[in-house]
Amino acid sequence: MRFFERIAAIDRRLIYLALALSVLIPLLFKMVLPTRVSEPVRAAYRSIDDLPEGSVVMISVDYDASSAPELQPIYLGILQHCFAKKLKVLVLGQWVMGTPFGELGLGRIAPLYDAVYGVDYVNLGYRPGYRAQMVGLGREIRDFFAVDSRGITLDSLPMMAGVHNYNQIDLLVGLEAGQAGDEWIQFAGARYGVDIVIGATGVVAPDKFHYLQARQIRGLIGGLQGAAEYETLIGKPGAAIAGMVAQSWAHLLLLAFIVLGNVGYFVMRRAKP
Amino acid sequence: MTQIIGTWIAAGLTLAIFSFLYKDNPFYKVAEHLYVGVSAAYAVLYAWANDVYPMLVEPMFLGRGAVTTADRWILLVPLLFGLMMLARWVPRIAWLSRWSIALTVGIAAGLGITGQIQGILLPQVAGTLVPLTSANNVLMVAGVIATLVYFYFSIAQKGAVKVGSRLGMVFIMVAFGASFGYTVMARISLLIGRLQFLVFDWLHVVK
Repeated sequence: MRFFERIAAIDRRLIYLALALSVLIPLLFKMVLPTRVSEPVRAAYRSIDDLPEGSVVMISVDYDASSAPELQPIYLGILQHCFAKKLKVLVLGQWVMGTPFGELGLGRIAPLYDAVYGVDYVNLGYRPGYRAQMVGLGREIRDFFAVDSRGITLDSLPMMAGVHNYNQIDLLVGLEAGQAGDEWIQFAGARYGVDIVIGATGVVAPDKFHYLQARQIRGLIGGLQGAAEYETLIGKPGAAIAGMVAQSWAHLLLLAFIVLGNVGYFVMRRAKP
Repeated sequence: MTQIIGTWIAAGLTLAIFSFLYKDNPFYKVAEHLYVGVSAAYAVLYAWANDVYPMLVEPMFLGRGAVTTADRWILLVPLLFGLMMLARWVPRIAWLSRWSIALTVGIAAGLGITGQIQGILLPQVAGTLVPLTSANNVLMVAGVIATLVYFYFSIAQKGAVKVGSRLGMVFIMVAFGASFGYTVMARISLLIGRLQFLVFDWLHVVK
């Protein structure tokens, strides 16, 4: 009884410390666990892997710093997969604060595959418009993106020759920390028939499974776990695989806290006069 | 050298934000306000440099790009609506901004309604009309029907309706549980990301 009373009055900062240690220790010792690949992630992988060389993959970077630890590993994995398959990558975003992450990823991965800007990949950046833009891109990309994120007119980029609307986009990959994924599905998917793969944060991913079930999207990569699975599939272990052991330890600790808290609650309630 | 300075600033700001877990303090407040200020400034400058200037100022006032006279005149419409939105700052003519807001709301509502019907309602109904030949399909259809019964308030919740409603509540709770589990994973992932940055990129404790 006294034990549970003490637990109930514990300083919350000790819980934060325990959680931090449960994450930090596996990272310091570089512990690795085997990763089992789920079917939604495998389907996402196949959607890219089955594309013929030269196909255009549009990647929408719809997140910012607060979701980057989950979505940036997915983005990097997809970029590596696309460049290895010699696919053309067209990056844009619906979040203005996501544009640096789009550029950071390209700057890190493109040189590894000798990908050339304007020939193998283009970064359109961000433009306001959201839903109207998603619909408008089905007519003409240049209506919204007169220039790319570097200020270069699209017509002067070799990769963009002949790329005018969704008809020339073979796959759209939405990396989502919010509602933009639903909008891509509604306006690019349902209206124009664009094939879509979604990579989403853990918070957003559960709301996307019904699209997968209804075959409105081709694949779903959910959170850091999904990123680790994708890294496993492409054979390029990165930040996601490195982080999954820490994830597992933190989950075990939280489960222990939940069990302890509930047992303590019932014991103390029973002991009350 | 620039990257080293950037890494140290990022690490300092991360620690400043984490310091809130101990208690509220001036370092946290500085980092918080800095983030809001930098984000706002970045968004304004980005919109000006990549949207307003190349798509409005250049073709309309400088005549750059493949624009006809008609193209230049039509740009007056977004220019006027944009300026009317700014009228909110002047109380005497603030009412002008309602026109711009009405246009924005109208477009959003129009797109939203068609998008919801064409992109969600119809495909999701079609996705639910599946042959009941597997346990997964049976479970899914039962879940949809039971959840709809739970939200059907036009008849008294008793008898068979009550059973269906209770079953619907179970399905909803399972969905909430799955969402909560994913949310926990998401939040821990953010902590992992920051600690990876501190350990790998800043301190270089682990190679």
